[in-house]
Amino acid sequence: MNWDAWMPLLIVLSSLLVGLVIFVLAEDRVKTRIWLNMAGALFKLVLVAIMLWGVFNGHHYETRLPFLPGLDLVLRADALSMLFVVLSSGLWLLTTVYAIGYLEGSPYRSRFFGFFSLCVTATVGVALAGNLITFLLFYELLTLATYPLIVHRGTEASRRAGRTYLVYTLAGGALLLIGTIWLYTLSGTLEFTARGFLSALDSSHHPALVMIFVLLIAGLGVKAALVPLHGWLPQAMVAPAPVSALLHAVAVVKAGAFGIVRVVYDVYGIEFSASLGVTLPLAMLAAVTIIYGSIRALFQDDLKRRLAFSTVSQVSYIVLGIAVVGPVATVGGLVHLVHQGVMKITLFFCAGNFAETLGIHKVSEMNGVGRRMPWTMAAFTIGALGMIGVPPLAGFITKWYLGLGALEAGQGWVIFVLVGSSLLNAGYFLPILYAAWFKAPADSWPAERSFGRHETALALLVPPVITALLVVAVGLLASTPFSPLHWARFITTLEYTP
Amino acid sequence: MNIDFFYALTGVGLFSLGLYALIKHTHLLRKILAINVMGSGVFLVLVALSARTQQAPDPVPHAMVITGIVVAISATALALALMLRLRDASGRAELPEVLSETLPDEPME
Amino acid sequence: MNLLQNIPWLVLLVVLPLAGSMLCFLFPQRGKLLGLMTALAIAASVLALTYQIMGQVVNQGALRYAVGGWGAPLGINLYVDGLSLLMLLVTALVGLAISIYSSGYFNNDKAKHFWPLWMLLWAALNALFLSADIFNLYVTLELMGLAAVALVALAGGADALAGAMRYLLVSLLGSLCYLLGVALLYHSFGSVDIVTLGQRMESSPAVWAAVGLMTTGLLLKTALFPLHFWLPPAHASAPAPVSALLSALVVKASFYILLRLWLEVFPVASASLEQSLGQLLGLLGVAAVLWGGVQALRQTRLKLLVAYSTVAQIGYLFLAFPLASIIGWKAAFYMLLSHAVAKTAMFLAAGNIMFYGGHDRIVDLDQVAHRLPLTLSAFGLAGISLMGLPPSGGFIAKWLLLEAAILSGQWWWGIILIVGGLLTGAYVFKVIGYAFIESDLPHESRAVPKRMEWVALILALLAIAMGLIVPRLLSLMEIGSPFAGSSL
Repeated sequence: MNWDAWMPLLIVLSSLLVGLVIFVLAEDRVKTRIWLNMAGALFKLVLVAIMLWGVFNGHHYETRLPFLPGLDLVLRADALSMLFVVLSSGLWLLTTVYAIGYLEGSPYRSRFFGFFSLCVTATVGVALAGNLITFLLFYELLTLATYPLIVHRGTEASRRAGRTYLVYTLAGGALLLIGTIWLYTLSGTLEFTARGFLSALDSSHHPALVMIFVLLIAGLGVKAALVPLHGWLPQAMVAPAPVSALLHAVAVVKAGAFGIVRVVYDVYGIEFSASLGVTLPLAMLAAVTIIYGSIRALFQDDLKRRLAFSTVSQVSYIVLGIAVVGPVATVGGLVHLVHQGVMKITLFFCAGNFAETLGIHKVSEMNGVGRRMPWTMAAFTIGALGMIGVPPLAGFITKWYLGLGALEAGQGWVIFVLVGSSLLNAGYFLPILYAAWFKAPADSWPAERSFGRHETALALLVPPVITALLVVAVGLLASTPFSPLHWARFITTLEYTP
Repeated sequence: MNIDFFYALTGVGLFSLGLYALIKHTHLLRKILAINVMGSGVFLVLVALSARTQQAPDPVPHAMVITGIVVAISATALALALMLRLRDASGRAELPEVLSETLPDEPME
Repeated sequence: MNLLQNIPWLVLLVVLPLAGSMLCFLFPQRGKLLGLMTALAIAASVLALTYQIMGQVVNQGALRYAVGGWGAPLGINLYVDGLSLLMLLVTALVGLAISIYSSGYFNNDKAKHFWPLWMLLWAALNALFLSADIFNLYVTLELMGLAAVALVALAGGADALAGAMRYLLVSLLGSLCYLLGVALLYHSFGSVDIVTLGQRMESSPAVWAAVGLMTTGLLLKTALFPLHFWLPPAHASAPAPVSALLSALVVKASFYILLRLWLEVFPVASASLEQSLGQLLGLLGVAAVLWGGVQALRQTRLKLLVAYSTVAQIGYLFLAFPLASIIGWKAAFYMLLSHAVAKTAMFLAAGNIMFYGGHDRIVDLDQVAHRLPLTLSAFGLAGISLMGLPPSGGFIAKWLLLEAAILSGQWWWGIILIVGGLLTGAYVFKVIGYAFIESDLPHESRAVPKRMEWVALILALLAIAMGLIVPRLLSLMEIGSPFAGSSL
């Protein structure tokens, strides 16, 4: 059996099948469900590792199924997709552990974990998509799989948040669809090709191509939370913490940002995009989003909402790196896919710990929590410092490359944006750190629960510690051959004509 | 204008008259009668135009008319039965106004 | 296998449901069993017919059969090509599903009336799809209409009877307009056979009148805006399986006739007439999509929401008329097929919800998501197809239609597809949203038979699957049909 042709599909289906089985499990089969979840996550990780090894040794993994007349469903493992797949699978494992701990004793867990698995299926499908139509299919699937997670709690607030989410994402999906079909009628193909496949088109089509670019970016920008399409993200914070972690770090916003990467590099090609004149407006939009998100974050007292606006801001670093034309900036943007992921998931895990253990939802309630929950707060500190861009953590690497790349591309104004946003990040993170470590706690926490010897349940404690260590590791070990940075560099070499 | 064409025009006229009556009248019996008149109009057109050739009239339209009459009888029977049932159930042999607001909240099981 | 090739499956497809209907009428106590057996037999025959067609080499795969050995013009020909075959397949699929569902849904009192009428309706549908001449189409249309009216009236009570009466009058009006058109066509060209008419067709005032009359009659029966007024009241009081039949099959049958006439009989009539009429139909389609969508959003009852959804989705079908391209027709036909499957699933799911709680008020669904997870999944999956989200049959149809719109330069029709999809999303997720939250009035609960839930879910999954087996279906469409020999 030709494994190379079936591996990508197998990776996608592994979580789909797990999800379907979990759906039909009775609510009280807790152990079975935990076992299935963990087995599924580990199995997927193993498959991804095998594929990674295979890609290094020259295997060409591609699944191709006939879909529409003239268009196939393509799942392909190239360098960029492997980056995202490894990120998703790895973080999914940690999030699964965390979610099992977080939802202990909650109702409807079978349904939750079923949709959780569907969500990962869709994310991995987005990562492995080899052409725009496959991407579109899994992108829309992601919307459908995440909606039940947002409304999971069944309250009026979650229903409204779910409705807002749908309005934004379905509209975005519609724009993406129009752009895709229009593009297909002009170019006859939708396969992702390094350096794009549109430069060969006649120049009379260029105005149409610009319009299509706008449509595609708008459609993808909804999930990537580009201003002014970001409105759904703060509202979606009503979902349980594992869902927020998943949405912000692993799945939804990443899918949008990843899509923008694909469109700019593998559909249009960065050099062609520059010649069309669409890269500068995109960079400016990203810059506006970065600053706006950070400013809004300053004024939030609710911890998760502050983190939400921080995500709005940080994901646009990726878009900024993409839109600044130059290999160094591209490296910065690509590597931030990974860096932002591990940093943000750490922060959300910690926020969830504070809420679950001590009932803390607001920043103003966090005085002295460092003494009560030192490990969690330490992880939070690392994540926050990484966001600010303190060396040698992950965020610093990103900002360094972005700054350098901006200078190289002659876009010096980007430096101001980077500096400004770092200052703003410090503005909304440092007070939290100070209050948590150095201020005296209030007489009692809002809703304390005891977890025995440790500061909180192990399943809630271990994941953020691991991801915090990752934040340090990807920064410290950035120059080693297996770091995300090295990978991003490798991908960049493919996307620019030598 | 020969006689057959005149008959055909009469048929079309009957059709139009029936259509007008169908729309205008509210009592169901009149509506059913209107449908029957329209049907007769169509059959008249069919039969009349079958005589256009110089030789014997074309038998196919006649066969169609016979089929049509059978269909019309069954349909009329159903319509009359429905009308009577409706009159028994609602007290009037008329159709209510079509407004979705007045549709019942509870369905009939 | 030779045996399979020699049996005239065409004829069996009409005879079996007629026989089934008679048997169900004569033996009402055994109605359920006889009905189910007949349904299975019909489904098997359709599959055998498919097999027969695919093995046929002559006549590009289409089959023609003269009943009783008398050929046209005096006898009746049965004809099947790719289009009719797909309609027969979908009818068999939906019919089988509804048969299984109904075996659990109706109590004995209603059941003894339901089964004979349903079998008659099926006979009419099969005969309609197998007809080769326009007069036979009239007969089968009437038969279908009468059976459908009786099924709508099944529930009893003033509202059901009024809905049925209105439907009957509309149906008869439509048929008579159609018949007048048939008369005019026959007298212009001396034949009622579709193929012959297509060959002899030429433009004349009589033909224009015929086109107008037949189109109007068929539009009445297909419930295109603004001639849709009879549809919601008929649905409101009909039992769920009957609603499914109406929305999924009955209105589609008249559309199928319209499509055939448009593609095979009328093309030569007049290019400019066709264009302007095509544009008019497209505009009415737009109005249907918008009106149906907005009305669906305003409904407080689930069955009516789904009924107005049908009104909107039918509007989509007519967007192919102004585009007048092969891709457009294929797209509309694909939409017809996937809507039939998805809408049935949705009505069956709605029926389950009503069966369970005794009412179908949307705001009081009271956590049905937890209590009937299979049903709500069916509703959600069917909704995905109706919204045109991937992967589903509805998405494929939407994609093809958008492609046709852009390629023909009339991209504005594509906008309505997008808007319609968003409206559909709005009302589908409105229902799903309410299904997750608690309500103040608790649902009375009555256990829903498992087969009813599973049938709905399996149909919904098939609607999704129709988004993944596209090449197969498209190739079936092309057998001997007006779509043959096209490259997309």
